[in-house]
Amino acid sequence: MLEIRNLHVTVDDKPILRGLDLEVRAGEVHAIMGPNGSGKSTLAHVLAGREGYVVTQGEIRYMGRDLLALAPEERAREGIFLAFQYPVEIPGVANIYLLKAALNAMRRHRGESELDAVDFLALVKGKLKLMDMDEALLYRAVNEGFSGGEKKRNEILQMAVLEPRLAILDETDSGLDIDALKVVANGVNAMRSPERAMILVTHYQRLLDYIRPDRVHVLALGRIALSGGPDLAQDLERRGYGWVEGWVQAEAQKRHAASAGGAG
Amino acid sequence: MRIGPEEPCVPGFVSAYPSLAVQLPGAAVPWLRRSRDEAFERFAALGLPTTRDEDWKYTSVAAIARRVFRVDGAIEVSDEVRAVVLRHAIEGTQRMVFVDGHFVPGLSQPATLQATLPEGARVGSLAQAVEARADDVEPLFAAAGDAADGFSALNAALWSDGAWIDLAAGVALEAPVHLLFVTTRSDSASFPRNLIRAGEGASATVIEHHVGPDGASYLSDTVTRIVLGRGARIAHTKLQQEGRKAFHVADVAAEQGQDSAFVSHALAFGGQLSRAAIATRLGAEGCDAKLAGLYVGSGRQHIDHHTCIDHAAPRGTSRELYKGVLDEAARAVFNGRVIVRPDAQRSDALQSNRNLLLSEDAEVDTKPQLEIWADDVKCAHGATVGQLDADQLHYLRARGIAEGDARALLIRAFAADALAGIEHGPLRARLESLLPGALPEAA
Ligand SMILES: Nc1ncnc2c1ncn2[C@@H]1O[C@H](COP(=O)(O)OP(=O)(O)OP(=O)(O)O)[C@@H](O)[C@H]1O
Ligand SMILES: [Mg+2]
Repeated sequence: MLEIRNLHVTVDDKPILRGLDLEVRAGEVHAIMGPNGSGKSTLAHVLAGREGYVVTQGEIRYMGRDLLALAPEERAREGIFLAFQYPVEIPGVANIYLLKAALNAMRRHRGESELDAVDFLALVKGKLKLMDMDEALLYRAVNEGFSGGEKKRNEILQMAVLEPRLAILDETDSGLDIDALKVVANGVNAMRSPERAMILVTHYQRLLDYIRPDRVHVLALGRIALSGGPDLAQDLERRGYGWVEGWVQAEAQKRHAASAGGAG
Repeated sequence: MRIGPEEPCVPGFVSAYPSLAVQLPGAAVPWLRRSRDEAFERFAALGLPTTRDEDWKYTSVAAIARRVFRVDGAIEVSDEVRAVVLRHAIEGTQRMVFVDGHFVPGLSQPATLQATLPEGARVGSLAQAVEARADDVEPLFAAAGDAADGFSALNAALWSDGAWIDLAAGVALEAPVHLLFVTTRSDSASFPRNLIRAGEGASATVIEHHVGPDGASYLSDTVTRIVLGRGARIAHTKLQQEGRKAFHVADVAAEQGQDSAFVSHALAFGGQLSRAAIATRLGAEGCDAKLAGLYVGSGRQHIDHHTCIDHAAPRGTSRELYKGVLDEAARAVFNGRVIVRPDAQRSDALQSNRNLLLSEDAEVDTKPQLEIWADDVKCAHGATVGQLDADQLHYLRARGIAEGDARALLIRAFAADALAGIEHGPLRARLESLLPGALPEAA
């Protein structure tokens, strides 16, 4: 579903991603971990098409197409959903209005008819229940004055309504209390399907206890430094990222020495 | 820029006045004739304001001064005019239509307005009123006060018609009165004048709506005077949708009695150069004034709002919110004056002006002007100028909403609270449909 090859990304001329490779197939759940500032959110933003993230090298293919050629809204309509690490507050736009506009944009794109108010409300109320959210949040402005946890739940509510093909959850678990974490994990698990892929960006093993990933990756020094099965997350928890970075640097030095030797 | 005597606008009116004066409504009514003559003398002495006048510092009317405008007595009601009226009609209102400054009963709705009104309510043409019952109208003229500048003086001299709304104590008009002023001719000047009086406890909603063709260059010089008795409530909405080459200069002033409520909305969309002065005087205890405004400009439009809220008595509350959305090389001026006089203890005044610039060339000059002479008062003001928020825009797009729709949605969200106080649903819907990028009203 998603193939990222040799991705180099700069932000304000600062190189952040430097040769990242990743492949995610339909039905899989991948976890991406890594130290603060390593570029996890950068990767998420590049996938969602945020302006200001410049791809200088490499390619991203999604469903066999060149993802980078699509505008953010086209990516969304093609089924990419990013649950933001920092959901944006939009005063003056009702949460329910955004949900409806987003869902109908998606449906129009798929050649389906728009949902009428009654069907839409029934759909949203079902998802609200799943997310254990208060209906009142629907009628408030998008994320305005929401607590940290409410914002994260609201992201997953949107995901549940929009039913994406590829969901990227950027630290959706951060700032959630234990009960909320379970609710969010349930919401995510309910959406696991053979047609859908998910990328979970997280710092904590805890989330992965609830949502068991197929693969775990460590992003360090601008690339996927290490990949493994679900147990890798536990190793990381024990040993910290210093271990991975030290290892990556040693590898890089070896390569450098080898190429210098080759030239001489 | 100094407007010299060589500029043709003022001399043009000076040479036209003697022959106009004898044809204008109430020419045979001595006090009115005198009042017109005095106003005209004042106009001739003042001329048009220049950017040396503090109140006109950011708005040059040189483009008006260079022109000679025609004032026509006769009007023509073509099919085109009928279509314009239908297009601008607002559902659920009682409509009075004025074409090129003259009341046209045939386009008004219902045609026999007076018959549908409650007892004690008078809603009609000011021109007809001065002809038929000059003595009833005189006190309202007296209360209208002196003209502050050349435009107001010129209107006082040359007004051709307008609405006369006079409500006896306790009379409530249920449906809003929609005053639709249609200009049809290029190079013309029209001078609508509206006089509104609400007796004790009376209430009404008045929509003052100015429209004209985009291709025509003309001048609308308008004056509205509102007098509110004790406990009265007037909601006045001024909707400026003049043609894109038009000049529009408006002067709205209210005088509030005890415990009265004045709700003003000033909405500006059209015109090449437009200026609206909106003023209210909280003249007795316990008044409430709400002033909201929204100006939307693009191209090279220039839109100026000068407001004045004069707390002249204790325990008055005023709330003011003006918002602007400016694209391309549009330019706006907002000057919000708030006066709290020494006697006006326990006044409570809030003012806010927020501007959204959609292009690098758009510009706004915003200036609060607070004059507080009492000590036991609550007063606050704030002004902001900003752009659309890139994070918000991206967030909406990341949810599948097209960029243009996302921008329109954010603009609508920005403007929402400036329109929130408009109670008449069809009017609010109309206004929302006029916002940039908005879907047509029917959608
Ligand atoms: N607009 C910007 N200008 C300059 N540097 C930026 C900008 N945006 C991000 N960066 C830098 O890019 C790097 C990667 O940031 P990113 O947000 O992707 O990290 P992260 O892995 O998500 O971290 P965290 O775990 O803290 O969320 C950081 O060093 C950050 O400071
Ligand atoms: Mg991050």
